[in-house]
Amino acid sequence: MKTMTAITEPVVEHEVPLTVIRPSRGWRSLDLREVWAYRELLYFLVWRDVKVRYKQTALGASWAIIQPFFTMVVFSLFFGRLAGVPSDGLPYPVFAFAALVPWTFFANGLTHSANSLVGSQNLIKKVYFPRLSIPVATVLAGAVDFALAFAVLLGMMLFYGITPTANVIWLPFLLLLALVTSMGVGLWFAALNVRYRDVQYIVPFLVQIWLFVTPIAYPSSMLDEPWRTLYALNPMAGVVEGFRWALLGGAAGAGEAPLSAPGPMLAVSTVAAIAIFVGGAFYFRRLERTFADVV
Amino acid sequence: MSDLAIAASGVGKRYRIGTAQVQHNTLRDALASSTRRLWSSMTSPGDRAEPDHFWALQDVSFQLRQGEVLGIIGSNGAGKSTLLKILSRITEPTTGEIAIRGRVGSLLEVGTGFHSELTGRENIFLNGAILGMTRQEIRGKFDEIVDFAEIDRFIDTPVKHYSSGMYLRLGFAVAAHLEPEILIVDEVLAVGDADFQRKCLGKMGSIAVGGRTVVFVSHNLDAVQALCTRALLLDEGRVLSDGPTHQVLEQYAKSRLDSVSRKSWPEPQSAPGNDTVRLKGARILAEDGADTIDVRTPFRLEFEYWNLVPDTRLSLSVHVYNHHGVRIFNVGSTKEPTSQPAGLVRETCSVPGDLMNSGTYHLELIVLRDQTEAVLKFEDLLVWEIADNPDLRAGWYGEWPGAVRPNLPWRIDRIDEDGEATGRDAAGVP
Repeated sequence: MKTMTAITEPVVEHEVPLTVIRPSRGWRSLDLREVWAYRELLYFLVWRDVKVRYKQTALGASWAIIQPFFTMVVFSLFFGRLAGVPSDGLPYPVFAFAALVPWTFFANGLTHSANSLVGSQNLIKKVYFPRLSIPVATVLAGAVDFALAFAVLLGMMLFYGITPTANVIWLPFLLLLALVTSMGVGLWFAALNVRYRDVQYIVPFLVQIWLFVTPIAYPSSMLDEPWRTLYALNPMAGVVEGFRWALLGGAAGAGEAPLSAPGPMLAVSTVAAIAIFVGGAFYFRRLERTFADVV
Repeated sequence: MSDLAIAASGVGKRYRIGTAQVQHNTLRDALASSTRRLWSSMTSPGDRAEPDHFWALQDVSFQLRQGEVLGIIGSNGAGKSTLLKILSRITEPTTGEIAIRGRVGSLLEVGTGFHSELTGRENIFLNGAILGMTRQEIRGKFDEIVDFAEIDRFIDTPVKHYSSGMYLRLGFAVAAHLEPEILIVDEVLAVGDADFQRKCLGKMGSIAVGGRTVVFVSHNLDAVQALCTRALLLDEGRVLSDGPTHQVLEQYAKSRLDSVSRKSWPEPQSAPGNDTVRLKGARILAEDGADTIDVRTPFRLEFEYWNLVPDTRLSLSVHVYNHHGVRIFNVGSTKEPTSQPAGLVRETCSVPGDLMNSGTYHLELIVLRDQTEAVLKFEDLLVWEIADNPDLRAGWYGEWPGAVRPNLPWRIDRIDEDGEATGRDAAGVP
């Protein structure tokens, strides 16, 4: 794709960059090189979000733990105890929490990034930088919350005497998958939010629905193939089952087979996540040129 | 274009003026139509057929050599801010092309991206990064920035506890230490108190003489005159004039003088007024016949009206306001109006030079009958500009303080031990 937008070409003999500004039309390249050139800004935006997130809150960073933890408690009571939802032979609380940790990372990333452009409109109107930096920084800042909640998850595994399997080496990939999904959906909504503030009402609603169509309170093993694999078109289904498999896989109850690798699910989820992300990024770039005028 | 910093050709920017609202009779209609709109804007934003648009900029072309300091002037809505936004890549042009050689730093606002919960120190880094500085650069200039902002003791206090003055100082301090090859500055000097403005202008001056390419937009014509070697006059989105600063400023002052400093209604039938009196015309004239009025120029206020009722005792009362809305003076034409036959009357008031400060003035005219009864009243009848006179400035190019700017005689004496005074008369610095 030929890029029609402002191009920065370093001219070697002068070492002075030449920028050409002209109207762009249609789809544009992602210009990730420019996002990279502005990586220091990205770093500072992440740093700001992390610093500011829990300022002037009484409980501070413990909010990162409270949110998923109490959801786990409620799920354990109502789904685990009362409804008797199966949990792949695992203790229900740790079964639910292993899913809620990546889920919370995804859901907060999505919510915050969807509102990020509108929240930064004073920046967008006053200074130039690759706009992708804003929603991307917002999602990245959620990694700190994830780390805190993840520490609690490890504590819970210790409590239940569950040792992780060698499959934990897949965790970075699974986290990346959650990140890509969160950013992908976030980019769509962040761009739409600039023009249609309806997004502010849609997103919480969407997150709520998405929570229940993701196997968090229940296992995806309740579905038969091929439906289970198709289910992974929801990338979070792959992420959540992947987390359980990598961390808790060896701990299935006595007499049950250890969790099998959700390979096909992960493959489907990866493809779906990449599709959402690439679509979101291009859509974002397409609307980007109108942000400063419309927001 | 080896020594060109900026080359703009045919730059235009079109904005939409709110879409004409279609009447929806039912919720279903509204939903259907907005779904269609949503869909069409999702798939093809930008290229919707929109009849309601206007051109904020049209066919703007100019070239700027490296090291030149360009001032952009024009009245409100002339397109100055739009041009700056395009130059700093905040928004895209609709037509045309601009080639820019060099790193661009744009400063359209003081303290962009400051976060109120963060401390001064943290905000320096954040703001610096937003303006395009690297962490290393910021660290290198950190002490200088803190010094310039004079916030030493509060550097680790969240900026939400800062006074507005401290906030502005910090914002400007970060921006002033930006060192791009091309600096784009908007109106930032219009904020803060006189001392702060003086400091900012001083810094701007040193940047301007430091060989950097600067594009500077300001309403403060004095600052433009002092800082810029060249000026671009925009009017309704087009370049009206481009050349040496003094020449362009003169043309600007003249165009404003022409458009509003005279009004006339040659026909009594269409002239504003009532059965008693109708206004034929009003104008402002420099005594020396020049096109512009500066702070030294004596000028005349001239009014012509038709007295329609014989033997009426009419007089005029004039109120002059400055651009802050402060009434500078009120004068009446006569204490004892005499009866006049019906017909045309001209009344002229002479205003001496070395009295009024520079700035924009507007005038209210009241026609009185028998000294007490207002029979006719015109608010904002005339608007005119009094330019500064560069000869009178002692190195200071901010707004001259004070409602008026009289040139008063001074005497400077040396008193020796015997109490004898020897000295000279001096002209003050107005």
